[in-house]
Amino acid sequence: MEQILTLAANNLLSPIILSFALGVAAALARSDLSVPEAAAKALSIYLLFAIGFKGGVSVSAHGIDAKLGLTLLAGVILSAALPMVAFGLLNVMTKLSRLDAAAVAAHYGSISIVTFVAATSVLESSGIAAEGYMVAVAAAMEAPAILSALWLISRGGDGRRMDSDLWREILLNGSIVLLVGAFFIGWATGEEGLAEISSFVVAPFKGVLCLFLLDMGLVAGRGLRGRSGALSPGVLAFGLLMPVVGSMFGLGAGLLLGLSTGGVALMMVLSASASYIAVPAAMRVALPEANPSIYLTLSLGVTFPFNLTLGIPLYVAFATALTGA
Amino acid sequence: MQTHQAKRVEITIEAIMQSRLSEALIKAGVTGFTVLPVLGGSGRSGAWVRAGEIGRASGMVQVICIVRAENVDKLIEAAFSVVERHIGVVSIVDCEVLRAERF
Repeated sequence: MEQILTLAANNLLSPIILSFALGVAAALARSDLSVPEAAAKALSIYLLFAIGFKGGVSVSAHGIDAKLGLTLLAGVILSAALPMVAFGLLNVMTKLSRLDAAAVAAHYGSISIVTFVAATSVLESSGIAAEGYMVAVAAAMEAPAILSALWLISRGGDGRRMDSDLWREILLNGSIVLLVGAFFIGWATGEEGLAEISSFVVAPFKGVLCLFLLDMGLVAGRGLRGRSGALSPGVLAFGLLMPVVGSMFGLGAGLLLGLSTGGVALMMVLSASASYIAVPAAMRVALPEANPSIYLTLSLGVTFPFNLTLGIPLYVAFATALTGA
Repeated sequence: MQTHQAKRVEITIEAIMQSRLSEALIKAGVTGFTVLPVLGGSGRSGAWVRAGEIGRASGMVQVICIVRAENVDKLIEAAFSVVERHIGVVSIVDCEVLRAERF
């Protein structure tokens, strides 16, 4: 317990979390502080490239083992199964309609790549190694949850169609293409490639992450300020409980697969995080009647800050304690 | 200068649906339209500003088409098949254009 509290305290006082807190505070105080849209996009491109590249280099250094395929499969199963758990919890804890509950559930099966990036940064700072291919697992966990949500809706007699354009948008969205592409570049070029561009992808990483999270804080704060009325106490409680429940599924999968401490922690983070980019876009197309104020505010305004501040240190501490590292 | 009567159709729609709307308009024979970014607004789903959005899920765009009056029904039918279930506004106003052969 002491270890968890120490890790949580260290995490809360890191420049990364304090930058996020500054963004939230500025938005709640109605400051005009803002990060230009194009700059925020550039920061996210940098982070996705760097994290994908470093993951590929790590795989090239350590080689591929049988666990890679199994971990990818586990990620896909978790992504498909967690919406069922979320849907069940929402039915018990809230009065959301079937449509809204399914849309929210989809977000909790998919992942937040920014939470994943922040978690890898915390692991690096703590000197905890993780399997490089967890980047690929993150990419594989984006889409299955959307299918689960549509299946949940179709069980209620309301069949929804996924058109080919939507499939393409989900599977080839820019974040996935960049993350997986950079992963393969890192894998192909290995340590030599990293040495060539390390001054770009390694040294500035945390500083860029600080600026990006400042922007995310501003967005989350504005969302909370403008849309918090959309969340009932039950929905709010779900947004705090579901990441912990999801992380336990990730913990079980990570331990069963025999992942390293960092790998288990990242599997927990992936299972705990909720999407706020890919899934909202898919839900607007496939389930336009579902209320975006609920699912966006919940995933970005409640679960994302929770994971960033308390969740990540909690998951890392659990993974450390249970893998005996 | 001589002007000619035409119809101006303004469709404010979720950004995520814009490519689908453009495709439907082209299929319906609309030869020209303009897509504009929307900076923010307020509606049944609450107020929003583009600067506060992440991703394309909740941003909006406006698609403007100017057509001859006899083509407006075909255009509206095509547009409505895309926007029917989505957040947005469709409006039609009379306008005048200078070069009728372009519409």
